[in-house]
Amino acid sequence: MRGLLRKIRALGRVAEPAPARSAGLPPQRALAGSVQVRCVDAGSCNGCEIEIGQAFGPVYDADRYGVRLVASPRHADVLAVTGPVTRNMAVALKRTFAATPEPRLVVAVGDCAIGCGEFAGGYGVVGGVDEVVPVDLRVPGCPPEPEAIVAALRQVTGR
Amino acid sequence: MSGTMVTGTTTTGAGIAVSVLQVALTVVGAPLLVGMMRQVRARMEGRAGAGVGQPWRDLRKLMRKKPLDPHGTGPVFRTAPLIQVATTLMVAAAIPFVSVDTGVGEAADLIAVVALLTLGTAALALAGLDTGTAFGGMGASREMTITALAEPTVLMAAFALSTRVGSTNLPAIVDAGLKDAGRVVSPVSVLAAFALAAVVLAEAGRLPVDNPSTHLELTMVHEAMVLEYSGPDLALVELAAAMRLSVLLGLWSALFLPWGTATSTGVLAVLGATALFVVKVGVLGAVLAAGEVFMAKLRLFRVPELLAGSFLLAVLAVAASFFLE
Repeated sequence: MRGLLRKIRALGRVAEPAPARSAGLPPQRALAGSVQVRCVDAGSCNGCEIEIGQAFGPVYDADRYGVRLVASPRHADVLAVTGPVTRNMAVALKRTFAATPEPRLVVAVGDCAIGCGEFAGGYGVVGGVDEVVPVDLRVPGCPPEPEAIVAALRQVTGR
Repeated sequence: MSGTMVTGTTTTGAGIAVSVLQVALTVVGAPLLVGMMRQVRARMEGRAGAGVGQPWRDLRKLMRKKPLDPHGTGPVFRTAPLIQVATTLMVAAAIPFVSVDTGVGEAADLIAVVALLTLGTAALALAGLDTGTAFGGMGASREMTITALAEPTVLMAAFALSTRVGSTNLPAIVDAGLKDAGRVVSPVSVLAAFALAAVVLAEAGRLPVDNPSTHLELTMVHEAMVLEYSGPDLALVELAAAMRLSVLLGLWSALFLPWGTATSTGVLAVLGATALFVVKVGVLGAVLAAGEVFMAKLRLFRVPELLAGSFLLAVLAVAASFFLE
């Protein structure tokens, strides 16, 4: 315990200073200052999941803008969908979207979610996320950097 | 209650004002306490943190969301958040947080307070079952296991604390502790304090019994029961959970750190006691949050060992009260 305490004191703050907020999406009055995110892996290679994990880690600290990951779509305001939508996940994605109370937004994270990326034309793939549920925000990249994910989520919280 | 009211604390207008103050303080302060504890944890993890007001921002957002009824749920599911909020508010009115003269008077019984909190737990466990999902049932079964193990400890500790006062009436116990500091620092009280501390952790769903921020299916207890709630209902559930934590910490501080609690309903005394109560619960919350950074969640099958240990302490407290008096 003393070792951990010494490490806490030596390390201090790991979170990087907050960059300026980029304007983009029209502000969502109802979601101001607080956004709960449910991640849906619709068939991704898990590269985007690693980057989302980093975005909520101590260095990028998406928590400080009022963004939080939740365990249930019923608690969520934003669905962060990754990967090309596979045939098996299409129904699950639709149901998850229906289980999310309004107002709700869908963020397509990564090139695969936006337009199938590497997997375009694959036999097991239905298409990009917007072919299954309406997409409000897109975060390009393969995988997108944590800064880009945080910047997109900050457009929703407005913080 | 017909004609059996004993003399002592009677319900007065000022007492009712004290109860209203306590309820208002709990409603406004509980989310801030949770926000402060998250902030302490964030800073120790090297993060910046969302700020003390974040739980209130979350609640405001949830209140604005459209309600959504999960398919197949009934009145049990719908009323559970209201029951939990109502029982917690009643408890907040009854426990002598700021003054021993509360509007609830003789009805502020330690056993009644614990029973009310358990009623809230049971209502939410039934709601978890009502959803018919695997997680709801699993969370409910775990919650009831933990509650059933924590309950004997509470009763034993209540027994140890009340035998010397001759009453399970909370204001009487707190008043006796205020008049004679020796009671509060006696071995009986210290043993009971450790026993009840474990129960507070278990009932409030904190580490090492339950992790309030977990999303891992295998470790969820409270979270698993409330997975199907959304919008305003979820806001009530989260508010009730926050209030339970502050009420339990307040109960613990009223029993074992009673100093500063007003014995009258004078305006200055009550204001001073309110400030001191906020500081006490705030410090307890900060210590709890800081301690949690060093702790991992116990494996579910180890939780009975922790609660059995606390039960043993409670039994020792009863034995000590018998031998030392």
